[in-house]
Formats: sequence, structure tokens, C-alpha cells
Amino acid sequence: MELLVDIALLSMLVATAVSLILVRGLVASIMLTSIYGLLSASFFVTMDAVDVAFTEAAVGAGVSPLLLLMTVALVGRVEQQPRKRHIAFPLLLVTVTGVLLIVGTLDMPPFGSADAPALQHVAPRYLQQSGEEIGIPNVVTSVLASYRAYDTLGEVLVIFTAGIAVILVLMLPGRRGSVPDDAGRQRPRNVVVNVVSKILIPFMLLFALYVQFHGEYGPGGGFQAGVIFASGIILYGLLYGLPSVCRVIPPPVVEALAALGVLLYALTGVLALLDGRPFLDYSVLATDPVTAQYLGITAIELGVGVTVASVIITIFYAFAAHLSEAQR
Amino acid sequence: MVLHWLSEACLLAGSFLLLTGALGFLRFPDIYARIHACGVTETLATSLILVALLLKSEAALPQVKLLFILLFLMFSGPTASHALAKAAWQGGVRPRATRDAGERPASPAGR
Amino acid sequence: MLTLTVVVILAVMLAGLARAFFARNVYDRVLAANLFGTKTVLLIAAISYLFGSPDFLDIAVVYALINYISVIGVLRVTEMRVIAQQEDKG
Repeated sequence: MELLVDIALLSMLVATAVSLILVRGLVASIMLTSIYGLLSASFFVTMDAVDVAFTEAAVGAGVSPLLLLMTVALVGRVEQQPRKRHIAFPLLLVTVTGVLLIVGTLDMPPFGSADAPALQHVAPRYLQQSGEEIGIPNVVTSVLASYRAYDTLGEVLVIFTAGIAVILVLMLPGRRGSVPDDAGRQRPRNVVVNVVSKILIPFMLLFALYVQFHGEYGPGGGFQAGVIFASGIILYGLLYGLPSVCRVIPPPVVEALAALGVLLYALTGVLALLDGRPFLDYSVLATDPVTAQYLGITAIELGVGVTVASVIITIFYAFAAHLSEAQR
Repeated sequence: MVLHWLSEACLLAGSFLLLTGALGFLRFPDIYARIHACGVTETLATSLILVALLLKSEAALPQVKLLFILLFLMFSGPTASHALAKAAWQGGVRPRATRDAGERPASPAGR
Repeated sequence: MLTLTVVVILAVMLAGLARAFFARNVYDRVLAANLFGTKTVLLIAAISYLFGSPDFLDIAVVYALINYISVIGVLRVTEMRVIAQQEDKG
């Protein structure tokens, strides 16, 4: 049965990828991208990679199609016909790369085999010791937030940098941090959608908090929670307009929060430095090592969540400001 | 035992409804009929399948999650259908019947 | 019976995919994506019982949330474009 589901999902994945290439309309491509995200996340679920599936569901199927769509709303929706002249060289390049990749997969061990390199080096230790050392059931969270906390700090910094880059590129001149003033502008309102969404948004935010603080026990954590929280805010912004959502969470606050999340993460590490221990050694936080790990992981996951949510909301603000500017 | 058979019955009914919905989605002539086919069957079929799973589970947390999904889908499904139909109407897509009566689509609804 | 349900859901997903590819206009595709999303929620919920790992249900919840957000988002953005086009004409 598992095999059947895998085969069905993978063939649909391939079909989606091929139709993505064939389709010319950009909105159509975005819808297919969203379907691709849904499919690959289902595939991750069947492979038991629940945390990855979580991220893919929230980012690949949710936020990134929305941002792409807003881009398309800004630039127009038909892809230009490619010029026919230089078809040989790209084709050669793609073929060679594809063949190399396929040859590369021949050397890979079969899925789930015990002597795969990924299961050789440090993985056995993580799997066997994390219960005693960290004391939380979700091994993915203990690897991400404790054993490999330094790497995760790097990822959070990448996200933070991306947010700054978007602000630099897209922020309208002379409008930085100010709330757009087209509050009197009337859009055609859809009462049903607005009312139902108003009921549903609090539950989305609540679920985001559940994912944030339940990440030690089930799938999820700061990244996923941040994305879900931001999606709730984005939904509010889409329905009630940029000015209303800017009154709820002003842009300067979001930008400050993005930096604050990274700071919270890094300061947790610096605390250990002050006590003369290695960076991000949580044992300084409490006398009992397991409690210390728990406190440290909660703190840095909170930092991750705050940063991710703020960066995504910032990106949405930048796009939405451009859209409302373009509509004038 | 009763719960088991009840859950199986719900699954069967839900699967059947899903199939009819998909058939309508593929075969109906215009967007409004397709929204009708999908939206109506989908809400009931989803509810039935989720209720069947609810009957199958023993632990509390999965039941709460399933209930949450069920409630959420019951709110969001019809709303999404409504929003879609409304957007299609505002975008200038007209049902087949009025088009046959001589009225052309108000504006090209975009390819 | 659960197996049958999973097979049916997969078949319906395939139908949605076909419609998404051969659609005539944006709304058709949005409808297809919406159908696909709800079926994914069901698929993951059903699989979590078939494979016996209730953790998967979290993913199903996320899907239910995200699917709604993306449908509403897509419609709102296309609506914005329609308004912009109408303003260009008028």
C-alpha cells in the first residue's frame, strides 16, 4: 500500500513538473507550483519526514505561491515567448547536468539502508543519546536546536538577511516605516469571506503557537510556527487592506522584531560565553542539564519563530505596498 | 464493533461522494456547475471521512486535531467556493445558459 | 476500506491535476488547486491511520489552514488585477 501511494504521488509529481514547463500563463504556473508543493509535502509525509513536510506545506504550498502571485500582479501575467535562436547550448547543458545527476544517484545507497553515510557518522549518537541528554521526544528538534544549534543560527541569519535585502530592494523611497495612507480607498468587500476569515484567523494564530511550543514533542518548531503565524497576518492583510494590517502590527515593529528574534537566539549563546563555556552551551541556564536543554531550546525556537514570522510579514508589506502603489 | 462498522460505512459513503464530485468536476460544462459539483460533495465527503477516522481513533489528541480539521474545513470549504464563484462572476465569466441566450462574456476572463 | 478510500482520494487528486493543466481560465485552476488541497488534507489524515502514526495529523491541520489562505489570497490578488484592468479601461 505504501508503495502504491509512493508511486502515485511520484508520478503526479513528475506530471506536475512537466506541465509546469509546458504551461505559458504565469498564474497557471503558480497554481501548478502550489500543487507541486502539496504533492512533495505529501511525499515527505509518506517517507516519515514529518518536520520537512511541515515546512514544505507551510512555505512551498502556502506562502511562496502567494508572494509569487503578488509579483505577477505587479509585472503582468504572460511569459514572453522564448527566442528560438540559442536552443542548442542550453539543451546540451541541461542534458549533461541531468545525466550527471542520474549517474550520481547510482552511487547512493538505497532508501533506508543501514549503511547509508547519513546514518554512519553522528546519527547513531543523536538517535541513541538524545533521549538522555536532551530529554525531548522529537529527535529532529534536539538535533536542530541543540546539537546543531550553531548551524540553525546561521539559517536564521540567512532568513534575516533575506528580509533586509527585500526591504532594501522593494521599499518605496520616502515611505520607509510609514503606514500607507490610502485608508479611505474602498475595495469591493466580500462580506462572507471577511466574516468567516475573522472567525478563523484567531484559530490559525493559536495553532501557530501550538506548533511553536509543541515542537519538542511533535513535528514543528520555530520555522513552521513563524510561517503559519505570518500566513494568518497575511490573510488579514489581503482581506482588510494594507492600512488596517499596518495598524495592527506597524512595519517598524515588525522590522524591530525580526532583529530581536536573532538577538534572542544569539544572546542565549552569549550567556554561555559569559560563564566561560562554549557558545550555545545551554547547561549554563539551569543546574539540571535536561531542564537547561529544555529552557535553551524553548528560547532559541522562540527567537527563530519571531524572526521568521517578522521577515515574512515584512516581505508581504513590501509587496503589498508596491501593489497598492501600482493600483493608484 | 458498532463503531467499526459505522466508520466503514462513513468511509464508503465518503469515497462514493468524492468520486461523484470528481466526475462532476471533470464533466460539467462551466465553472459554476463545477464549483457546485466540487463544493457540495466535498464538504459532505470530507466530513464523512473525517468522522470515520474520528470513530477509528482512541487517543484524545488525534481526536481533537481531527475535530479541529473538520470544523475548519466546514467553515472554509463553502467560503472558498463562494469566494471563487463571486470572483469568477466579477472577472466576467458567465454561465453557459446565459451565454447561449445571446449574452457574450462581459470581458475576457483571462487565459 | 481505508485502503479503498486512499485509492479513491489519489484518483480524485489525479482528476484535479488533469483539470489544473487543461483549464480554460484562472478560476478553473484555482478550483482545481483548492480541490487538490482538500484532497491532500484527507489523504494525509487517512494515511496517518493507515500507517498508524498520528503525528501526521499536524500536517493535515496545516494543510487545511494553508489551503484556505492560498485560495482566498489568489482570489484577492486576481480581483486586484481585475480592478486595475477595469480602471485602465474606464
